[in-house]
Amino acid sequence: MSPAVSGKGPVRIFEVCCVAALLAVAVAIGLLRVPRQYRTDPPVSAALDAIRLMPSGIGGAPPEVYFALNQPYENTAYDMSQGKRLYSWFSCASCHGEGEGGAGPSFLDGWWLYGPSIVSIVASIRDGRPHGMPPFRDRMTIDEIWQLSGYVKSIGAYSAKTTAPGRNDDRQNRPAENRSPAALLFNEGPSPVHPEQGPSP
Amino acid sequence: MRAPLILLPLPVLLSGCGGSQSALDAQGYSGALLRDLIVLIVVVCLVVWIGVMIMLAWSLTRRRDGQAGDSRGSEQRLGVWVSGAVAATVLIIGGLTILSFQTTRSLDRAGDPDLTIRVRAQQWWWQFVYEDADAGSFQTANEIHIPVGKEVRVRLESTDVIHSFWVPSLGGKQDLVPGRENLLTLRAERPGVYRGQCAEFCGLQHSHMAFFVIAEEEESYRQWAATQRQPGAQTGEAEASAGKAVFMARRCAACHTIRGTGATGTTGPDLTHVGSRRTIAAGLMDNTRGSLAAWIADPQTLKPGNNMPLVPLTGDELRQLSAYMESLK
Ligand code: HEC
Ligand code: HEC
Ligand SMILES: [Cu+2]
Repeated sequence: MSPAVSGKGPVRIFEVCCVAALLAVAVAIGLLRVPRQYRTDPPVSAALDAIRLMPSGIGGAPPEVYFALNQPYENTAYDMSQGKRLYSWFSCASCHGEGEGGAGPSFLDGWWLYGPSIVSIVASIRDGRPHGMPPFRDRMTIDEIWQLSGYVKSIGAYSAKTTAPGRNDDRQNRPAENRSPAALLFNEGPSPVHPEQGPSP
Repeated sequence: MRAPLILLPLPVLLSGCGGSQSALDAQGYSGALLRDLIVLIVVVCLVVWIGVMIMLAWSLTRRRDGQAGDSRGSEQRLGVWVSGAVAATVLIIGGLTILSFQTTRSLDRAGDPDLTIRVRAQQWWWQFVYEDADAGSFQTANEIHIPVGKEVRVRLESTDVIHSFWVPSLGGKQDLVPGRENLLTLRAERPGVYRGQCAEFCGLQHSHMAFFVIAEEEESYRQWAATQRQPGAQTGEAEASAGKAVFMARRCAACHTIRGTGATGTTGPDLTHVGSRRTIAAGLMDNTRGSLAAWIADPQTLKPGNNMPLVPLTGDELRQLSAYMESLK
């Protein structure tokens, strides 16, 4: 071998080590992947059903198990994607559009009739609301209701999330969920949409 | 003693060449044309390959005597051999190109079809619409029946992403592209059950996107079509009619159609005659009351990611629903 080539020996070893380290990191990240569970354990489901709602039906506390699970429904892309699919499967769009509203209220205007907390949203979907929101209690499982709520909450979020559901295959008529459409589209207007809730959300 | 041992794995290796889904076991007009073409190409290439190998072996075993290329005689012989080989190559490749062009052209017979079926592929099942202005159209899912020896025109569409329609035993494949219509002609020469499969990766459940083509004699085809045209069966069985009520009360009716009832949803397969199909969920499971119940109870675990949600049901409701589904012959 010529001296020029043999001089590269240590450099080669260094490069190989770098690549190996990168691969090890990639494998480690792969192992960190959230395990996907298609069906929640029945006791966990039962616990998720036990939300503690304020007497007014607005706001309240999520069950302990929700924190024990690390708030999956607001933070994992899988659950949010599942929520997005449920939104179309159960034709929420027939009343709420892609979030812009219709027969039902908008989720994008920055205003929540029953408050922005996930517990309120779960309660709205599970038990229905008096002015025309049908209850979905016995059409969906409670896990599905939580997934859907996490998704609906992300449409109406005021600050952008790092997790996002899958992208639409068809044309999108509003900013994507992880761009906090509600913050982008929030418009106080000459007269606030809900004066009883104050000047801004 | 050696040779039989070597031949031993052959049956295992060749067993894949038969069966209900094999391009080598062609049972259709275009399938046979394609099989003949591929067999011809393989044989020609094999002959050429053996010839080249013999030449190679022969030249390796010869030793070079004296100065090569020295004499004019050997120079000339080399020229003859090389131009001969080039001419043969051009002839063989040209011939195979023309043959393959002609075969693929003759697959697409424009004529007047005896039957037209519109195929709408979607993630991850097949919707088949029999279009018949006189006798009435009807829909099936993941299973078609066709009369033997008749030209069947399939109009291929997709509602979401690109899929590919392929029944290896009957013919070549053709893509289903959203926003356009592709055509394919099927003609089964012998009665039988042929399996088809989506042949273009289309997402999570691509592998569970199969369908069956049942080729039968004209008479039994007509009978089948007449049954399919009828609205969903009314049963006397108490369990099944309770199941019907559950079907209407739950979300099922918003996604599935059962003709003759209030169920008119279109996002899922038409279930008017679901009980008459061989399999459910695009070839995932055989169609029995048990597998129907398993499917309805938890579609997302059986076929993760598919577009049917889990609808909460009590044990009784589940039993009634599966009895109802099974009764829809
Ligand atoms: C029949 C029409 C209709 C359908 C279908 C419908 N909603 Fe509603 N929804 C309403 C109406 C009307 C309201 C307002 C109720 C009220 O003010 O009491 C509402 C309220 C809500 C609220 C509370 C909003 C707030 O500002 O606090 C949420 C969350 C909600 N719907 C989610 C959903 C989801 C998710 C679905 C699909 C599973 C759905 N809705 C399907 C009509 C509908
Ligand atoms: C959101 C729409 C939706 C709802 C609600 C729904 N399904 Fe489905 N269903 C589908 C889709 C989509 C498929 C096809 C799944 C696949 O094969 O990938 C399907 C497949 C089926 C099949 C298999 C059909 C076949 O030939 O392969 C049966 C049976 C069935 N559903 C019954 C039901 C029953 C019973 C209910 C009510 C509890 C119900 N479905 C609710 C969308 C729905
Ligand atoms: Cu596919």
